[in-house]
Amino acid sequence: MARLRKRRLTQILAAIGFNLDLPSLLKGQISQAKTKGICVPVLNCYSCPAAIGACPIGSLQNSLNSLRYNLNLGQKKLGLYVVGSLGLVGVIGGRLPCGWICPFGWLQELIYKIPIQKLKIPACLTYLRYAVLLILVILLPLLLVDSLGLGSPWFCKLVCPAGTLEAGVVLALINPGLRSQLGFLFAWKVSLLVLFLVWMALSQRPFCRTICPLGTILGFFNRISAFEIKVDLDNCLVCNACQRACPVDIKIYENPASSQCVRCLQCQEICPTGCITSGFWLGRKADERKTDQPTA
Amino acid sequence: MKRKNVWFWLVLSLAVICLCLGLRAGEFQTVWQKAKTICLECIGLG
Repeated sequence: MARLRKRRLTQILAAIGFNLDLPSLLKGQISQAKTKGICVPVLNCYSCPAAIGACPIGSLQNSLNSLRYNLNLGQKKLGLYVVGSLGLVGVIGGRLPCGWICPFGWLQELIYKIPIQKLKIPACLTYLRYAVLLILVILLPLLLVDSLGLGSPWFCKLVCPAGTLEAGVVLALINPGLRSQLGFLFAWKVSLLVLFLVWMALSQRPFCRTICPLGTILGFFNRISAFEIKVDLDNCLVCNACQRACPVDIKIYENPASSQCVRCLQCQEICPTGCITSGFWLGRKADERKTDQPTA
Repeated sequence: MKRKNVWFWLVLSLAVICLCLGLRAGEFQTVWQKAKTICLECIGLG
């Protein structure tokens, strides 16, 4: 339970830390902080009035949808800064930020506490996130461009419930000028947000598991990241206590580097034999690593 | 473990190179400029 408390505290501090510019929120404007040039490792919309960092998925789409325009102008802005930022976070922790500091992940965990009948997410739906990443985040922004070579951030525009909640709804409430211009697209996005909020009460982390493009990208790095989870299969009872505690419903002993694992470490906390361990392998000596290799 | 080591250092190097090249091309400024203006698409106006 100590770990759970520590994780909750980290999640609260991160949600506040990524949205520190309260004066902008009170003024009904969005933050102009210089730190907004830094891509945060979580899904935190930069149009949230208090946000002090840039959402990497919004920034990635904006880099891709202005790629042709920049190339036409002879500018070498290829989006490498965003790609490098994502790679750096991924290679260090994999999906560690999803489990520990993502405000939208925390929101999903909070809503899931509502005591109602719970639903399992069919495994086939977890593959939808690859299609969302490929089509809405990469292909459409890159290919669907106007005569100038400029496109749209399609994931933000059509889907992102984090943007609707943190930016759309908040700005509509505090900025009367924007409120008068809201139309069908806003209604669509709010409907989708409500759908996700209901789903969050019924299933664990539905957005992370079926849609989140950031989690999908960071998930690719789980296999090679410096932070790793290991399972000693010799001591594993296959009691599935880990799966019952897991917010993404996986059996960690089958694949400790699963791309779905958000590395919340609840499995490690709950394991009756203590056969699940985690940590940064980078800091350990080679001989130590040799005797302590992952067994699954 | 050895293979993981190789992949880790390879991807880390690539990420750092990408980051440096992006910074050199002024992409920090581009990201900041976009992030400090209201994203009309995000709020359902685009």
